[in-house]
Amino acid sequence: MIWQLDLIILTLVILCAIAVISVRDLLGCAILFGAYSFLLCLLWAVMGAVDVAFTEASVGAGVSAVFFVAAVFRTTRRTKD
Amino acid sequence: MKIFSLIIAVAVGCVLLYATGDFPSWGDPASPASTHVSPHYLEKALEETSVPNIVTAVLADYRGYDTMFETTVIFAAGAACVILLRLFGIRPKERYYRHLLTGVTIHVIGDRKIPEDSGTFERIDNLWVPHDMIIRSICRFLIPFLQLFALYVIAHGHHSPGGGFQGGVILGASVILMAISMNLRTSLERIREKTVALLAALGILIYSGTGALCILLGGNYLDYSALARILLVSPVEARSLGILAVEIGVGVAVMATMIAIYQNLASSGRLDEGL
Repeated sequence: MIWQLDLIILTLVILCAIAVISVRDLLGCAILFGAYSFLLCLLWAVMGAVDVAFTEASVGAGVSAVFFVAAVFRTTRRTKD
Repeated sequence: MKIFSLIIAVAVGCVLLYATGDFPSWGDPASPASTHVSPHYLEKALEETSVPNIVTAVLADYRGYDTMFETTVIFAAGAACVILLRLFGIRPKERYYRHLLTGVTIHVIGDRKIPEDSGTFERIDNLWVPHDMIIRSICRFLIPFLQLFALYVIAHGHHSPGGGFQGGVILGASVILMAISMNLRTSLERIREKTVALLAALGILIYSGTGALCILLGGNYLDYSALARILLVSPVEARSLGILAVEIGVGVAVMATMIAIYQNLASSGRLDEGL
């Protein structure tokens, strides 16, 4: 495990998490959540948990982002709060 | 109120951060998680199940019950989505058709249709996005390879990362990609709603049926070495093949569930027009 790489990914994960809850555009939120999942996937891969990383990449960054986009498509793109 | 919830979140976060200090360090051989059964799995998995990827061996063999009920949870999530979202018997009030040769769009009000197989008109969605030749061609080229890769991931889970869950998700994603790049009706013609529901149930049936077959052959539930009698291989090989069988079951169930959730979510339950 390379700690520099770890630190960069962790910082980006936290930035993504803060961005997801503060952005008002829900479509942007869905995309940012996909990016968050992908960064977590990188973190799993760095730690050697390749199976978990694979699941995170396919489920978290792939299909769940698509579900979010479909839900936004059928509801609204703006949050109320 | 917002400040109050922020204070609570920060306080809980601080407690959690403080607690992580007591975690065993990464890769510590003396940590509780790697002292009880983990050494047994790491040392014996290959000779007991002939599966080089220990994660797959643990997931589908040693911890077969967990994976079976995980698959059941996914099935239940899909069923809940269908029950909540699906609307039956709602006819669209208006339809749009495009004349294929001239590109003229026709708006039909009321419950009347133009025969779609006439070859001169093509039905298009109300929230119509002009179809893009680049996206269609790229996706048409991409989807077969995606599905092939998904089958590889399912079948090669013994030797490399992957398995039923990941392969099933990629297989479902290929159908979702088809629905996004063409439209929802095209994908529904290829794989119908009833087929999806049957496949989801079939996946669970393959998994639990493999377990039940082991009982019938004189072993315990999900003890794949009992399958050696009908597969005519050694008990170790039979465990490997049993793992493959349940991985296929997981893959089928996960694929069907993903497609069902997407179809209902994107068309708000009407399964007619959608993203």
